[in-house]
Amino acid sequence: MTEPSWMSDTRERIRAVESGGTSEKSGPLLSIRNLSKHFPIKRGLLGRTAGAVRAVNDVSFDIARGETLSLVGESGCGKTTTGRSILRLIEPTEGRIDFDGRDIRRLGASALRAVRREMQIIFQDPVSSLNPRMTIGAAIREGIRIHRLAEGAAANAIVKRLLEEVGLRGEYATRYPHEFSGGQRQRIGIARALAVEPRFIVCDEPVSALDVSVQAQVINLLRDLQRDRQLTYLFIAHDLSVVKHMSDRVAVMYLGKILELASAEDLYREPMMPYTQALLSAVPVPDPRIRKERILLQGDVPSPASPPPGCVFHPRCHHPAKDAACAKIVPPLEEKAPGHFVACIKQPPTLVSWEQQQEAGGVNPPVRYLPVVEQLSRSDN
Amino acid sequence: MNEPPAPLLSVENLSTWFHTPAAIAKSVDGVSFSVAPGEMLGIVGESGCGKSVTALSILRLIQQPGRIEPGSRIMFEGNDLVTLDDSAMRHIRGNRISMIFQEPMSALNPVFTVGDQVAEVVRIHGEGSRKDAWKRAVEMLSLTGIPDPEERARQYPHQLSGGMRQRVLIAMALVMNPALVIADEPTTALDVTIQAQILELLVDLQKRFGTSILLITHDLGVVAETASRVVVMYCGEVVEEADVETLFSAAHHPYTEGLMQAMPQLGESRDRLNVIPGSVPPPTDWPSGCRFRDRCKYSWELCEQQHPPLYQISAAHTSRCHLALEPERRAHPHPPLVEQLGVPA
Repeated sequence: MTEPSWMSDTRERIRAVESGGTSEKSGPLLSIRNLSKHFPIKRGLLGRTAGAVRAVNDVSFDIARGETLSLVGESGCGKTTTGRSILRLIEPTEGRIDFDGRDIRRLGASALRAVRREMQIIFQDPVSSLNPRMTIGAAIREGIRIHRLAEGAAANAIVKRLLEEVGLRGEYATRYPHEFSGGQRQRIGIARALAVEPRFIVCDEPVSALDVSVQAQVINLLRDLQRDRQLTYLFIAHDLSVVKHMSDRVAVMYLGKILELASAEDLYREPMMPYTQALLSAVPVPDPRIRKERILLQGDVPSPASPPPGCVFHPRCHHPAKDAACAKIVPPLEEKAPGHFVACIKQPPTLVSWEQQQEAGGVNPPVRYLPVVEQLSRSDN
Repeated sequence: MNEPPAPLLSVENLSTWFHTPAAIAKSVDGVSFSVAPGEMLGIVGESGCGKSVTALSILRLIQQPGRIEPGSRIMFEGNDLVTLDDSAMRHIRGNRISMIFQEPMSALNPVFTVGDQVAEVVRIHGEGSRKDAWKRAVEMLSLTGIPDPEERARQYPHQLSGGMRQRVLIAMALVMNPALVIADEPTTALDVTIQAQILELLVDLQKRFGTSILLITHDLGVVAETASRVVVMYCGEVVEEADVETLFSAAHHPYTEGLMQAMPQLGESRDRLNVIPGSVPPPTDWPSGCRFRDRCKYSWELCEQQHPPLYQISAAHTSRCHLALEPERRAHPHPPLVEQLGVPA
């Protein structure tokens, strides 16, 4: 069997990815390998384990220093669980998490505390993440105290400086959370995360609960802070417009798996995974003159307790070459164009040979299918 | 241009205030708009602008300490809903005007099957037997695109996904073939691919039954894709009204303009988003003069001195902004007052 040239070429690239993904010599700040989190389902009086919800299933990616990588996907796709597993707020079932070269799953309690100073999280709901009986100054000071960074007047000075940095007044430190609006509370959440001078922040839907005008303020603030403090972000969101604006690279998740991973520019210009195509085509466009043709997905997301075999997206897929092989073969996340990784055996090039696909019952050879790209180029005219 | 048809719903000078011991919250303060038969009208605004209170006022679902103030009129099919007696109002609710809520889980009763809940609407408002009501319910569930409606009708809300529950609520809202459906953020709790399905369904059912829809949302994208006319609300007032093409191509009010510029969009890349500085003031304390002036980059003395009326910009376009008098000021923006004072959102 002779192998087309693109195939060996792709194989090279995949090897490059498996060995780290980024070409930078300093290495990525964060490196996730084969991360899984399965939540057991208990049944009956005795609480026997009757199965597992595979919230995150064999996820791997790197985040370079100063980069923003976004995880997008719909409810239940595992993006939040991934973010929390990285901080070990949820203990992962399997996988390796390297932060700046240290395997943080092997760290004991005190070493973990030290690493957590460098890894912080901003939550979606700034109301429930602030203690209503604590002044915001005390809330921000907590991290400084726990990590013994400063005390007394020095700590107060840090709090004041942080509040000013996130666009609030220093004297607000003595007020309580209920005295602030949603946008202000999110600024407080950001100040609290910054208090321990982290290098890496998981932003878990930080603007989803905010109104459009306030959302824009918080997005700009996050970007300014990233620039000024050389922060690295894992940005978790479901709003594709916000993600495009925030990210260097984007990973699309569905049923606990990454189905597509590419630079924000490539992903939005030429989405290759049929799921990403449907997701992008579903975003309402605030321009009544544009009438896009939607790729309307049929049905709902299957239960993560019993994900479909083969490609998890195949029951709802609209790729014209979809066939029985999609229900059998688990598609590897392959590099289909430089830096553009896609898990689809019907989108060429693929390492899953046509012979293998035929053995699995495949009848349609892979064929390039880019409906959203055609739409975008049409609307340019 | 043809004479517009007589409106189905005409809200005139509606004020709904909440009288608390500490203060009066003027959540809706002199709102007027109308909905034509078969029309989809969008009401857009951010949290606290009064859009949901407007919807609840139309259905007279305002509870103490809230009150629809004297001088408000809500004309619907020849009746003023503000003064209608309770039993007549009950006949209108669910029958002539129905509502789709944002959160499908809390709007459904967990201990009854969804088929029973749709059939209950039929039995309350119609005659017919229990059996007929059930049949209508299953038909309606089928029309909203629920697969295996017979079987699904026998299931409980927790057995359905979020998108399916929203379809059940739509079936409940449409089963009596009402003249007007008020949809309050019907897709906000849904994922984007499910949202696309539900919006398509709403537009399709509206065309099929000729129902008027009042669509309340904070999402300009949703409005652009579904509504034919748009009302923008800010601080309890209508600040702009136009047909959808005009609003998106030539927004007049600085608040509308700011909202559109603050949205990140798929088709463009900007390094920084334009923001509307500051935040919405509380409804107990609307600013004097123009309520947007502190956050506005065009405001001048007049905006402080005089509360702007709704100016007619063109035939079907109104805006509550003094720029209508001095349009040349738009060429000279300045930092808004809140920025000068350094008060953040």
